[in-house]
Amino acid sequence: MLTIKNLHAEVEGKKILKGINLEINKGEMHAIMGPNGSGKSSLASVLAGRDNYTVTEGEVWFNGKNLLDMAPEDRAREGVFLAFQYPVEIPGVSNLNFLKTALNEIRAYKGLPALEAREFLKLTKEKQQLVDFHSNLMNRSLNEGFSGGEKKRNEIFQLAMLDPQLAILDETDSGLDIDALRIVSSGVNKLRDAEKSFVVITHYQRLLEYIIPDFVHVLYNGRIIKTGTKELALELEERGYDWLKEELHLKESV
Amino acid sequence: MINSNEIIDDIANKEYEFGFSTDIEMDIAPPGLNEDIIRFISAKKNEPEWLLEWRLKGFAAFKKMEFPKWQHFEMPALDLQALSYYAAPRKKKQLASLDEVDPELLATFEKLGIPLNEQKALTGVAVDAVFDSVSVATTFKGKLKEMGVIFCSFGEAVQEHPDLVKKYLGSVVPHTDNIFAALNAAVFSDGSFVYIPKGVRCPMELSTYFRINAQNTGQFERTLIIADDNSYVSYLEGCTAPMRDENQLHAAVVELIAMEQAEIKYSTVQNWYPGDKDGKGGIYNFVTKRGICKGAASKISWTQVETGSAITWKYPSVILQGDHSEGEFYSVAVVRNKQIADTGTKIHHIGKNTKSRIISKGISAGRGDNSYRGLVAVGPRADNARNFTQCDSLLIGNQCGSHTFPYIESRNKSAMIEHEATTSKIGEDQIFYLNQRGIDSEKAVALIVNGYVKEVLNQLPMEFAVEAQKLLSITLEGSVG
Repeated sequence: MLTIKNLHAEVEGKKILKGINLEINKGEMHAIMGPNGSGKSSLASVLAGRDNYTVTEGEVWFNGKNLLDMAPEDRAREGVFLAFQYPVEIPGVSNLNFLKTALNEIRAYKGLPALEAREFLKLTKEKQQLVDFHSNLMNRSLNEGFSGGEKKRNEIFQLAMLDPQLAILDETDSGLDIDALRIVSSGVNKLRDAEKSFVVITHYQRLLEYIIPDFVHVLYNGRIIKTGTKELALELEERGYDWLKEELHLKESV
Repeated sequence: MINSNEIIDDIANKEYEFGFSTDIEMDIAPPGLNEDIIRFISAKKNEPEWLLEWRLKGFAAFKKMEFPKWQHFEMPALDLQALSYYAAPRKKKQLASLDEVDPELLATFEKLGIPLNEQKALTGVAVDAVFDSVSVATTFKGKLKEMGVIFCSFGEAVQEHPDLVKKYLGSVVPHTDNIFAALNAAVFSDGSFVYIPKGVRCPMELSTYFRINAQNTGQFERTLIIADDNSYVSYLEGCTAPMRDENQLHAAVVELIAMEQAEIKYSTVQNWYPGDKDGKGGIYNFVTKRGICKGAASKISWTQVETGSAITWKYPSVILQGDHSEGEFYSVAVVRNKQIADTGTKIHHIGKNTKSRIISKGISAGRGDNSYRGLVAVGPRADNARNFTQCDSLLIGNQCGSHTFPYIESRNKSAMIEHEATTSKIGEDQIFYLNQRGIDSEKAVALIVNGYVKEVLNQLPMEFAVEAQKLLSITLEGSVG
C-alpha cells in the first residue's frame, strides 16, 4: 500500500530525514518510536505534504501512485489521513460543517455524489458512538476551546468519519490522561480492519499496550535503525535508546 | 507541492468576475453641475415647486462645503463638473408587467443571478429594480397595496404621496449634513420610498437592486423609509456593477424613520466594481445612511456586507431618540487588491434606557486597507444607555492593512459602554489542516472566512445570506457559487 524508498527531506536547509525505507501493507499496524528530534513527526508531515518540508531524494508510492507529486488535499482524498499532534482551532467553523465539507470533497474526488443531510447525520451518529465522541462537541467551532484530550478525540472521530486507507497518528497519546488514552486507543482498535493500515508515532510504550502493533520501528537521526515486533517496544521501555545508538555507532565505525 | 502563500496571493489579487455592461440606449444630460441642470432634472421628473427649491438649497449648501480631511485614505481627485447628472433608460412604451421590460435588461439581471421573474414567482420578494436612475419594474405592488404599504420609486412617491415625502425628506439627513449629502439633495435622480402604516407587519422582504450602468454618470439615489407605530419592515439592497476604467461616484442618501414600537431592518450586500488589481477604476461609494428611532421602544438594525468598490466610505448610523429604543449595526467589509474601506457606524443615545449593539468584521487581503471607525455618543438625558461593540479584523497575506478608530463620548454617568476588538490572521497551519482533510486551499479560505462572518450573515434574511456567502466566495475564493 505504502512504499517509502530512500526518503530524504530537509526543512529550512536542515537535513531531517536521511534515507527512510519502509513498506506498509494493507491491514498492518506500524509503530514508529524514537528519541526527541529523531524525525518522527517530520516523516508524518512529509507524507501529508506540509509545504515547509523539501524532499531532496527518494520516492513515496501509495497504491501505485506517486504520493510526492500530489497536493496535500489530493493525498487526503486518495486516503492518507494525519491525526495531528497539535490540531488547530478554527473559530466560527462548526465541527459538523467542516466534516461535511471534507467528506463531500473526498467523495467528489472519487466521483461519488454529496451525502444527503440525513445520511450524513446518520453516519455521524454511528461513528460518534463508535469512538465515544461527545455529541455536544459536534456543533461547537472546530477545536475551539477544546481540551487537549477533546482535540485528540476529535482527530480520531474525524478518522472514523473520513475512513482513510492509511492513518498516521502523530503522537496522539501525548497530553492524554490514562482514561482518555484508553478511549482513544479503543476507538483506533475498533477502526482496525483488513483494509486499513496505521502508522502510530509515539514516544512511549504505554500506548502500545492498548494498540498492539505488528511492527515497531526505531527512528534515530533521520533513519530507521531497527525494526522489530511489539517486544522491541518493551525492550525500549526498559533499556531506553542508548544501547541502540551504541549499536549503531559500533556498526558505523566497523 | 502547492505553496499556500501563492494561493493566498492568487485569491487576494483575483480580478472582478462580474465585469460586463449592458447596451441600452441612454437618455443622458450633458456633463456639468449647475442650477440649470438641477432645474432640468426637476422638470424632467415633473416635480412640485417645493422640491425644486429644496434641491436648490442643497446645491447652495454644497457650494459652501469642502471635502473632509479626516478619513484614513487619500481623497481621490473628483471632477464633479465632468459628470453627467441625469441618465434614464429610454422607455419604449409604458410598462405594465415584467414581460414588457427590455429583454437585454432582464438578461443583465440574469447574469447577476437575480432573475426577476423567478424571484417574483419563487421567493416572494417584491423587487423594485433601479436601473441607473429610473425605476423600470415594480412588482408585488397589488399585494402590498391591500395592506396599505407604499413601496415605489422615489419619483412616483413625489407624485402620489407628496405630503409624506415633504414631511420626512431631509428630516434625518438634512441637505446641509455633509458635502455628499448636499450634492445628493441637489441632484438626486431616483430611489425608493417605503411607508408602512400603523400596526402593519410588512409581509415580504422589500428589495431593490441597484446597478450602475452608464459611463460617467454619478449615481445619486435617495431612499426614504418610514415605519409608523407598531409596524415592521425588512428592506434589502443589493448591488453589482460592470467593469469600467473611469471612477464612478456613488453618493446615495438613505433615511429611516421608526415611530413608536416600530422596527426597521435594513440589509445591504454591495459588490460594485472594486478596480483592477492596481486599483485602477472602481466605484467610490460615499453614502450617507442614517436612521432615527423617533418613537419609544422602536428599533433600527443595519446589516451590511461590503465586498466591492474602490473606496467604501460610509457610517450607517442610528439616532436613539425614543426611550427604550434600540440600534444595531452588523458589518462585514472585505478589501483586497488596492481596495479601501473606511466604514463603521455612529450611535447617538438620546432617550432613556436605549441600547445599541455593534458587530464589525473586517477582512483585509492583497494590499487592501480596512478601517473601522465608530462613534458611540451618550447624551446627558440618556440614563442607563447600554452599548456593546465588537470589532474584529481578519488578515489574509502580509501586505494588507487594518485599523480601528473607536470614539466614545459619554455625558451620562449611568451609561455602560463595552468595546472588544480582536485581530487574527488566516494561518498556514489552518489551511494545511483543512488541506489534510481533503479541502483545497481556496475552499479552506472560504470556509474560514464564512465561519468568521457568520454572526453577521445570520442577521440577513435567508436568501440574502446565501447571496452574501456567494459574494464572499467570489471575492475571496474565485469560484462562483
